[in-house]
Amino acid sequence: MKHLISVLVENKFGTLNRVASMFSARGFNLESISIGETEDPEISRMTIVTKGEDRIISQVLKQLNRLIDTIKVTDLTHQPHVERELLLLSLKLGKSTQHEIFELANVFKGKVVDIKQKSITIEFVGSPEKINTAIDLFRPFGIRELARSGAVAIHRGES
Amino acid sequence: MHTNGQKLIGSEIFFECLRRENVEYIFGYPGGALLKVYEILHDVVDIKHILVRHEQGATHMAEGYSRATGRPGVVLVTSGPGATNTVTGITNAYMDSTPLVVFTGQVPSSLIGNDAFQEADIVGITRPITKHNFLVKDVRELASTIRKAFFLATNGRPGPVLVDMPKDVLNAECIFEWPESVEIRGFKPTIKCHSNQVQKAARLIADAKRPLFYIGGGVISAGASEELRKIAIDQQIPVTMTLQGLGAFPGDHPLSMGMLGMHGTFWSNQAVSHCDLLIAVGARFDDRVTGKVDTFATQAYKIHNDIDPTNVDKNIKVDLPVVGDSKDFLASLIEAMPKTKEDRSAWLAEIEEWRKQCPLDYDNEPDSLKTEFVIDEVSKQTEGHAVIVTDVGQHQMWTSQYYKFTEPRSIITSGGLGTMGFGLPSAIGAAFGVTDRPIVLFSGDGGLMMNIQELVTAVYNKLPVKIFLINNSYLGMVRQWQELFHKEKYSFTDLEASNPDFVRVAEAFGCKALSANNPESARNAITEALAYHEGPVLVDFRVIRKDMVFPMVPAGGSISDMLLARLNPKTMV
Repeated sequence: MKHLISVLVENKFGTLNRVASMFSARGFNLESISIGETEDPEISRMTIVTKGEDRIISQVLKQLNRLIDTIKVTDLTHQPHVERELLLLSLKLGKSTQHEIFELANVFKGKVVDIKQKSITIEFVGSPEKINTAIDLFRPFGIRELARSGAVAIHRGES
Repeated sequence: MHTNGQKLIGSEIFFECLRRENVEYIFGYPGGALLKVYEILHDVVDIKHILVRHEQGATHMAEGYSRATGRPGVVLVTSGPGATNTVTGITNAYMDSTPLVVFTGQVPSSLIGNDAFQEADIVGITRPITKHNFLVKDVRELASTIRKAFFLATNGRPGPVLVDMPKDVLNAECIFEWPESVEIRGFKPTIKCHSNQVQKAARLIADAKRPLFYIGGGVISAGASEELRKIAIDQQIPVTMTLQGLGAFPGDHPLSMGMLGMHGTFWSNQAVSHCDLLIAVGARFDDRVTGKVDTFATQAYKIHNDIDPTNVDKNIKVDLPVVGDSKDFLASLIEAMPKTKEDRSAWLAEIEEWRKQCPLDYDNEPDSLKTEFVIDEVSKQTEGHAVIVTDVGQHQMWTSQYYKFTEPRSIITSGGLGTMGFGLPSAIGAAFGVTDRPIVLFSGDGGLMMNIQELVTAVYNKLPVKIFLINNSYLGMVRQWQELFHKEKYSFTDLEASNPDFVRVAEAFGCKALSANNPESARNAITEALAYHEGPVLVDFRVIRKDMVFPMVPAGGSISDMLLARLNPKTMV
């Protein structure tokens, strides 16, 4: 099954490489990985999406912990969390499709970030599932290019 | 000796840090990026630098030194090819959990990434084969980085750490500050075992009818042999060991079962298959030990103590994991054991039956020489007290079977990586570290040629290493598999036509050399070699060419089905 793992790491050169190469060396699946600085500039947060049976996931978590540059490893999958991904979608724009594109973009709360005679770029934010659905529904209009950020995630606060 | 607060250049700081880490020996080779370091080294008297002849040799020497003494091994090599030549040795240390600190010179910071002369991204290259590695970008971080490197190499599960030092950093000046303590927030190994888990383990052991200790190299690196001996004898629990675990429990004690696994003893593997409680300590259920995993110790409740949590449930699912240092585990277990004792005589008698069913033995012919005899004879003449170093292959497995290791830190061998060429340099390293026990190397003719250049290092330093060359002029283990499993196609394993005369090779290096081709000449040569202390001595043992190591578990097979002899390879027990 799919797992969402949040890792706090030292914000140093080579850390991303250490994590990514550990995944490839041990044959673990790496669906997406995203990384950015946290409130402490010496620490970055990595959000990793991986797939595997429980035994494999337990090895993934332990192997991540074993790296010296990882500070904290949390499997968010079964904990309350918020997960988001950003999609930039560039579509072909034609007179006949224009209306439908705007309508569908509205449904997904998309935001137009660039528009030209023959193309339009829309920004979407949502769970990876929602992003997948959006891509599927926009496909018939002719996708020029797309870019996804990979998931980022964080614990939900205490109530 | 320099003091804190003094202004020093990077190269001076380097030696000052090694001094603070009580380093005795550096195994190294100079080069362009290290010229300043070697300029300072010229006047360093308290740390001895051993000049090797190839950087791979330096890493194996450092490993041999470390495995014999328990102290970290230190390597110093230049950038580019000097650094890339250390890759095999570093990987070997990583697989066998040996603490090394490898220092590499690097091109000046301003040239990094420019494909400069003798530039290699050694930090990138060694990321997957080191416990951790560092590129020092600022001379002010040099001392703290070296401190961290030694700390990481030696704490928790030991392993190699690499420190890459650009030329400008080694020339730059700063105020020297030795950090008194080390704090690495991402590195907090569990040393103390959880007491609930230990209590549970103690109860299981007390109730077990057929318990078995499965001991790995972790017991030796933790220095836990005394604790093991005490609890095994006290509770009458037989002990089987991995290749790296040999010596953790005395091989001449009746409870010692020798090695388990692919070339382990028949009775060890039978005991694993029939025990009701398997207590794995400092071992990692390697595929050479388990054979086919779904048939491994199926009747046993499994306890697994290891300092590295990734070893738990990696290859074999265990019932009771106990993460922590093996010395702490065994010592707490001794404390926790109830006073009542289970009678284990029936279990021990059953093991005796297996021992009689398929003993380790060999036939001696007066006119030919068997490797088993050579090793057996060395075991007798040294009374099991030598530091034994091996290369990789048939002779290595025969060593595990026929040498009776009586104390820990007695076998230095490449177990995880299986590095041919490991033997000679690591024996040299061991000889620097240990001077009150004989250092005996068993090497094949294939492996000896892979680092033969280090014979210079042994001769020049007058090291009394006994180089016992098991010469069958074959890559024997590969030949064995070709015969058994590859239609007897002896593809590129016969070295007879190409091997040199090893006696003359040794003499050309200035090394004393002898040869033997039958039991009597072998016995005499061993006696003569063991009595010679002025420098290295090589004995060319011309053994039977097509001998094979048995018993054997075919790759991927179940350890309860062992091949016992070659005559009819289909005979399984």
